[in-house]
Amino acid sequence: MESDSSLTHEISTSVSEPEASLEELVAYLRQKRSALREQWASRISEAQLLRVMSQEEIFSEVTAVYDNYVDALETGSIETLQAYARDLSDRIIPRGVETHEVLGIVLLLRDVLARELFVRYESDPGQLNRVLDIYEPAANRVAVTVGVSFVEQRERIIREQQAAIRELSTPVLRVRDRLLILPIIGGLDSQRARQLTQQLLRAIREARAKVVVIDITGVGIIDLTVANHLVQTVEAARLMGARAIITGLSSEVAQTLVDLGVDLSMMQTVGDLQGGLEEAERLLGYTVLRVEDAPPMTDQ
Amino acid sequence: MSVAILKQGDHLIASIQSALRDHEVLELRDELADRVGRLRARGIVIDVTALDVIDSFVARSLRTIALTAKLRGAETVIVGIQPEVAVAMVQFKLNLEPLHTALDLEEGLELLNDLTAQVRQRHG
Repeated sequence: MESDSSLTHEISTSVSEPEASLEELVAYLRQKRSALREQWASRISEAQLLRVMSQEEIFSEVTAVYDNYVDALETGSIETLQAYARDLSDRIIPRGVETHEVLGIVLLLRDVLARELFVRYESDPGQLNRVLDIYEPAANRVAVTVGVSFVEQRERIIREQQAAIRELSTPVLRVRDRLLILPIIGGLDSQRARQLTQQLLRAIREARAKVVVIDITGVGIIDLTVANHLVQTVEAARLMGARAIITGLSSEVAQTLVDLGVDLSMMQTVGDLQGGLEEAERLLGYTVLRVEDAPPMTDQ
Repeated sequence: MSVAILKQGDHLIASIQSALRDHEVLELRDELADRVGRLRARGIVIDVTALDVIDSFVARSLRTIALTAKLRGAETVIVGIQPEVAVAMVQFKLNLEPLHTALDLEEGLELLNDLTAQVRQRHG
């Protein structure tokens, strides 16, 4: 506490120079590092933020963020902090840390530091004002940097995942000459549905397909948008001279379609994929015959 | 007019070479209606492969052509609608009903043969 009062004294001698105030502010925050850090960490636990992380983890991140924070205040350069924030985001996003938590902890640090400053300059409102003039814009910039870095990282991860899903996306398979199957697995959003339609239409042109069986056994839920996309796909395929048969409507999906009042007059539906293929073969003039004297099936 | 109309057996083949202006679409309509009667054609194939866009006017005109030709005794098949065009048409609800569509010229002629064979059967 002795050093504290001597510092206060130093400040009051160099009141008129904001530069000196920033340096002094930074030196003060460094000096009170462990106390403020603990205070911040306990405020984080109180607010029940970062519950997916252990106390030790929170404390070590808190230390690193605190130091980076003070550095950023001192130099006015946010690059190091930004790099750290990105790295931190990469580590905590997979663990399910939410945006409100990240913003919350940064704002808590801002509060903790601001309160400390109020206490310190209580007796000298003029000096408090000058210190806050320096502190506030810097602190806000730091908060924005951390928040934005987190959100950017999250968006980047989401984009990467979307790209991965798109790559996994639906193959168009040729079963017989001029007969394609499009098995759809998983949920359909507008983008995927659009991409799927495009893929299918290109495949129709390339394979000169006359019949396409679209199997939606793997589509759990269907809503109006998706249903309309399906209708559009069938319609577009027809414009290219191909007949589309939809198979694998579960009873829930069928009921939903009826409830939604989707116009299904254009759609030819068959219960399951097998039935759909048989219907397609009939349309194309194929008959499948079982050979009576087929060789026995062996493991080889 | 940038549409070549060819006769192939019982069928007429109208091959659109480039984007059509509105008056050219109307000319095509009149020309086809005229030739169907004059040449006693049983079917028309309109090839739109070269069209990057089919707007509502063209779509409606194609329908009119088909309905007119039907009254004069010929079936019409539209062929060569590109994937992107098909998607756009569906999205803008440009309906070609009750037109026949096929992938390309070859398919279209085959479909016409089937359609006219049905007609012949009906007439004995």
